[in-house]
Amino acid sequence: MSSLPADYMEFVHISKQFPGVLALDDIDFGVPEGSVRALVGENGAGKSTLLKILSGAHPPTSGHIRIADKNVVFENTADAIDAGVAVIYQELQLVPELSIAENIYLGHLPAGPLFIDYARLWENAVESMHTVGLGDVSPKVRVGRLSIGQRQMVEIAKALTRNAGIIAFDEPTSSLSSRETDVLFGIIRKLREQRKTIFYVSHRLEEIFEICDSVTVFRDGRHVSTRRGMEGLTRDMIVKDMVGREIVDIYHYQPRPLGEVALKVENVTGPGLNAPVSFEVRKGEIVGCFGLVGAGRTELMRVLFGVAPRASGSVELFGLPVDIKAPADAIQAGIMLCPEDRKKEGVIPVLSIQENTNISARRHHLRMGFLDQRWEYDNVMDKIRALSIKTPSQRQLAKNLSGGNQQKVVLARWLAEKIKVILLDEPTRGIDVGAKSEIYDIIYRLAGEGIAVVSVSSELPEVLGVSDRILVFSEGELVADVPRAEASQEKILSLALPQESKKHFRGGEK
Amino acid sequence: MSAQTTGPADQKSSSMATVIWRDFGMVVVLVAIFAICSISVDRFLSIPNMKALTLAVSMTGMVACTMMFCLASANFDMSCGAVVACSGVVAAQVINLAAPSLGGTLGLIIGIVAALCVGLLIGFVNGVTIAYIKINALITTLATMQIARGFGYIIGDGRAVGVSVEEFFYIGTQSWFGIPIPVYITVACFIVFGILVSKTAFGRNTLAIGGNEEAANLAGIRVSRHKLNLFLMHGLMSAFAGVVLASRMTSGQPTTSQGFELDVISACVLGGISMAGGIGSIWFAISGVLIMGILQNSMNLMNIQTFYQYVARGAILLIAVIFDKYKQKYM
Repeated sequence: MSSLPADYMEFVHISKQFPGVLALDDIDFGVPEGSVRALVGENGAGKSTLLKILSGAHPPTSGHIRIADKNVVFENTADAIDAGVAVIYQELQLVPELSIAENIYLGHLPAGPLFIDYARLWENAVESMHTVGLGDVSPKVRVGRLSIGQRQMVEIAKALTRNAGIIAFDEPTSSLSSRETDVLFGIIRKLREQRKTIFYVSHRLEEIFEICDSVTVFRDGRHVSTRRGMEGLTRDMIVKDMVGREIVDIYHYQPRPLGEVALKVENVTGPGLNAPVSFEVRKGEIVGCFGLVGAGRTELMRVLFGVAPRASGSVELFGLPVDIKAPADAIQAGIMLCPEDRKKEGVIPVLSIQENTNISARRHHLRMGFLDQRWEYDNVMDKIRALSIKTPSQRQLAKNLSGGNQQKVVLARWLAEKIKVILLDEPTRGIDVGAKSEIYDIIYRLAGEGIAVVSVSSELPEVLGVSDRILVFSEGELVADVPRAEASQEKILSLALPQESKKHFRGGEK
Repeated sequence: MSAQTTGPADQKSSSMATVIWRDFGMVVVLVAIFAICSISVDRFLSIPNMKALTLAVSMTGMVACTMMFCLASANFDMSCGAVVACSGVVAAQVINLAAPSLGGTLGLIIGIVAALCVGLLIGFVNGVTIAYIKINALITTLATMQIARGFGYIIGDGRAVGVSVEEFFYIGTQSWFGIPIPVYITVACFIVFGILVSKTAFGRNTLAIGGNEEAANLAGIRVSRHKLNLFLMHGLMSAFAGVVLASRMTSGQPTTSQGFELDVISACVLGGISMAGGIGSIWFAISGVLIMGILQNSMNLMNIQTFYQYVARGAILLIAVIFDKYKQKYM
């Protein structure tokens, strides 16, 4: 109590259980007044869930929040706002059709005898807009006409008019220009001087060194470390805390002989890819793609499979150029994709396992234009056995299957095709450990048969565990191609985090 | 839907009994209704009434076959009633124009081909607008419905167009072995489209598109092209039904078949074809069409006034879709 300032706000033994997942496990730490606390961790480490609990969007399963030595319970977001908490999300919560002033005071617009007291509204708004650097904009301007950075300022002004003492920013700079980022940082410093408590969530470690005075690291829903004071702290130390999970070998990796180049991607660009992507995958090789959300991995898969248009560049299969304009072209050429979102893009929920499995390959087995019922039945039964899909019947509707079994059904669909390359986008997301290792076995089996495998994953240990080679993506670019022998968790994550040389770094400011 | 995917859900909805109920439940209902009407409604089972009943449902039956494909692909068509009218008028006008110079048979053929082209044309406009320009199917076909209706009036000059070639009346008015020819046509349609939906990749792909369009696309189905084909097929079928109707009425009438599209959609939905797409079987279409037809026929026999019939039909449809919603949820 004597040397350290007392914590103004504390998370006390907070846990959050979602069906099947413990998203937060006994989170317990505090933040003093007038400080900017960085919250960092990989995707899925628990930062977003913690913000949701702070904002009242989710109640914690156990534990509670203390503000100024008082226990508080947020039943809903209104409770949190009343308690002086404001969370500013990446997706801003503004109404573009309304004016700045109306947005700032939405929910408590100054009332006149009959109508809104607009004179007072404009006047009040000008005042709060001035504090966030929007002094030269009219409060009557519609929010839809503002830049993303200005909108963020409106969001902050909104928080300030509600007397928020605790303000959390979720990836605030991801769509800001460097000038807008400077303005934001200026405001955050001012808020710190006003003794506000600030949470700052970002993947950009350079920003954290610039603006924060303490760092809390999360991993797998647990609190790993809190370091007060940035003195002596290095980027590498933070990265180490982020990745330092013990690796249990559930991967059973075995090296395989590799054949000739199967897939050659040259200078490919498309939506979500900010720079041309080039790489090769050999026959029987498993190439892992790692990156944070929005890094461009899924976007690349979609371009290669013909779901999204390829803006430039070329794709070759075994030395022959292929022109893929639609998924049907990709499949014809021998490229298959198991998409990221199984429920939305993978299975057809109202159709049976048999239908879902045969939907593509059946075209090779028609008899005088009609479906070959015998083949359709044999094929689905064969795949149910081969992939050990757990179901009482091939007539079971896909919507009644568990996530792991749905993923197997999507895989089963391609196994009757002539696969040259298979693209797997987050093949084990949301699947329990047992089913995961089954999926890895299938991946090895495919590679063993000489298929080129490209597997996207957000889980570092998985990428390191199954891949022969790792492609690292960051902010829409392929930034590194790392062989298995040279890969470590620290190295890969460090490459995947946005680099300081980019547009967001402002030298000489400190 | 997400709540169903956890836990012991894997054991659900797979026993033979539930599968049969899922696929043939409405046929059971149809048989029950038929039995009840046979017993309780006077003259229902008589041969003249059976003839009248089957003839009455023949039009809805034909168009329901292709409407089933539209609905199963999570699409919709409001224009088919207007296409029926417009194609009938076109057939009549073109036959009257062509027959004097080219002879009866050739005139007849040209007239029918012209009518079918009207259907293909409207189907093409619907298909391109919905599948490629991606405009909502309800709005698109609401527009083409009015366009087709308008052209029906323009081409017929606002009146019924009598047909000068008598052979034209054959298919609509004659019977084989005591059964009207349109009934044979409808039965043939049921068989052809029944095979198409259950035994071909085309039919299966239609269900896949309706079940999850994005997943169907990622499974290699060329979704836009497929949807265009569906609307072409449906336009052609509607136009064909229009020719049969014109033949039955011995004239092309621009005012005919108002609200016909709603009868067809009602019948399909009543039979269990989901408006949300992904579910369709010829048995659903057949039971829906026949249940609607039997109820209407019975109400006529019981001398229930038309106004009350509307109320009864609406209520039955409402009950059927609510029932269907629960059937899907718990199976």
